[in-house]
Amino acid sequence: MRALLPLALKSAWNRRYSLGLTLLAVTLSVTLLLGIERLRQDARDGFAQAVSGTDLVVGARGSPLQLLLYSVFRMGEASHNLGWDSARALAAHPAVAWTIPLSLGDSHRGYPVLGTTSAYFEHFRFGDRQPLAFAAGQPFAGLFEVVLGAEVARKLGYRPGERITLSHGMGGEGLAEHGDKPFTVVGILAPTGTPVDRTLHIGLEALEAIHLDWQGGAPIPGLNIPPELVKKFDLTPKSVTAVLVGLKSRAAVFAMQRHVADYRDEPLMAVLPGVALSQLWELLGVAEGVLRAVSALAVAAGLAGLVAVVLASLDQRRRELAILRANGARPRDIFLLLALEGGAVTLAGALLGLTLRTVLVLGLGPWVQAEYGLVLRADWPGSGELYALGGVLLAGLLASLLPGWRAYRLSLADGMTPRL
Amino acid sequence: MTTAPLLLLEDLEFRWPGQTEACLDIPALRLEAGEQVFLHGASGSGKSTLLNLVAGVLAPTRGRVEVLGQVLGELSAADRDRFRVDHVGLIFQQFNLIPYLSVLDNVLLPCRFSRRRRERAGDARAAAATLLRHLDLAESLWRRPATQLSVGQQQRVAAARALIGRPELLIADEPTSALDAARQEAFLDLLRRECVDSGAALLFVSHHRRLERGFGRALAMAELNRAPAEAA
Repeated sequence: MRALLPLALKSAWNRRYSLGLTLLAVTLSVTLLLGIERLRQDARDGFAQAVSGTDLVVGARGSPLQLLLYSVFRMGEASHNLGWDSARALAAHPAVAWTIPLSLGDSHRGYPVLGTTSAYFEHFRFGDRQPLAFAAGQPFAGLFEVVLGAEVARKLGYRPGERITLSHGMGGEGLAEHGDKPFTVVGILAPTGTPVDRTLHIGLEALEAIHLDWQGGAPIPGLNIPPELVKKFDLTPKSVTAVLVGLKSRAAVFAMQRHVADYRDEPLMAVLPGVALSQLWELLGVAEGVLRAVSALAVAAGLAGLVAVVLASLDQRRRELAILRANGARPRDIFLLLALEGGAVTLAGALLGLTLRTVLVLGLGPWVQAEYGLVLRADWPGSGELYALGGVLLAGLLASLLPGWRAYRLSLADGMTPRL
Repeated sequence: MTTAPLLLLEDLEFRWPGQTEACLDIPALRLEAGEQVFLHGASGSGKSTLLNLVAGVLAPTRGRVEVLGQVLGELSAADRDRFRVDHVGLIFQQFNLIPYLSVLDNVLLPCRFSRRRRERAGDARAAAATLLRHLDLAESLWRRPATQLSVGQQQRVAAARALIGRPELLIADEPTSALDAARQEAFLDLLRRECVDSGAALLFVSHHRRLERGFGRALAMAELNRAPAEAA
């Protein structure tokens, strides 16, 4: 083995161009495989990080997954709300420690506006039960005050003190403005890597106030209630989109879920975030499977190319192998020489692929986060990636046995004088 | 204790698998230590087969090959490989060198695989340098890839490699056929002198009768081999 290694290296260097291209193919396919695995894992983690410490999400009865998607991830829109009375009854339940009412529907320049209460800043947790922190300012206290998510502030360049107006409804341009009731930025949250970063937070009463003179999605003609007068009206919300519930004891979660499902006044449901997330994974599982299969095929193509190159070189190397044999190399050594080459290229490709994946994640990570809200981590490969790497190495080593075995047969048949 | 002959063939027969006629049938052949023997054989006379049998790459159908008292047939394939590199140096007609190795690394090749050759060479690099110098290869060539050398230079590098670590037997299979007549003589002289220096016996195979001058003994395949020539 000690005699073979320098020989294998020098021989490989002699064929560095074809082997280099093969190495590139293996590297790129490994990068693809690892990149997709990283993306998959980080997307999952990102979803799982978005909400933590919340025992139940309560909303109008419907699809649990949809409830979670719009209440936590601001994806899609709610079709039904739940009444404020129900929300209040929920908060008063003896098993409940805290509730965070959430009301969605408006937006600001494409970013969702969330109506909530100060309980949000107190009880909401993300990631590993981390509380929300303020990068600047403080929670809203007055009526027309807004707290921005980190990305909203950064992208739009807002600072505390800035006055902004909200749009009615979700979506892009051409929305009706709540132009008569501007909001003042009073706080900016520290980055969380979750949908919170993309959200503007206002009080439930403020949300009620800007819609006082609205009906059916449009301002009521001829009616204009100026901001100074809104306090004369009852600003208690009639309904909210969803309520996040924290229980005093996790053990009560299923009893509470049943309690909500049996609620008499209106049809409600309570969803365990983890259960709804696993429904999401099931849904995405097919797409993930396809992506994985494609990247596995790319690796297979890379390794097939490697074997083809090593096998093709074998015919040119028969003389070289015969000389080695005449000078003391055993057929076993010849086998090792060839297998070593394929194995080394696979190993190098795997390591380079890992490096390239890390470089790409570091380089493109900020862009992906800004554009898609997906946090990519360039840290040490997780178990999924290690399995993928191990699989590539194993497949590469097994594939390299083929040229090794062929060289072994040839060197036995040729002896010291290759019949060319 | 009488010293065993360097090489002893007894009642040797070789038949390629699937053939009924033997291509080699040699009743006896004996070489003493340090002896220089010229073996004349036209192409197709079975000399390459004979060399493969002596080197232990092929196994005889009948009879035995003994090198330094060791019956090759009694060794496993792996042990035969080790025995060959330990005791036998080989030079072929052409393409002796590994193209991607330097001249020096080519010469050191047997020392990589054989501990005995490595130990007998002492300082292997110094031994290689001495051999290369004796074989008229300028030091400026040593670091070059083998492919940059002329055919004559390559054959001398091959000779240095066959001699390093002082194996007991040197087998040269038409090593001069790629050289012009004037250089053939010069190469042969160098080779014989170096064999004497290192104490190796030389089994020199060629179809050029005129090269047998200077050898202690000359043999002919046609007389050694009882099998009809076409069968080889």
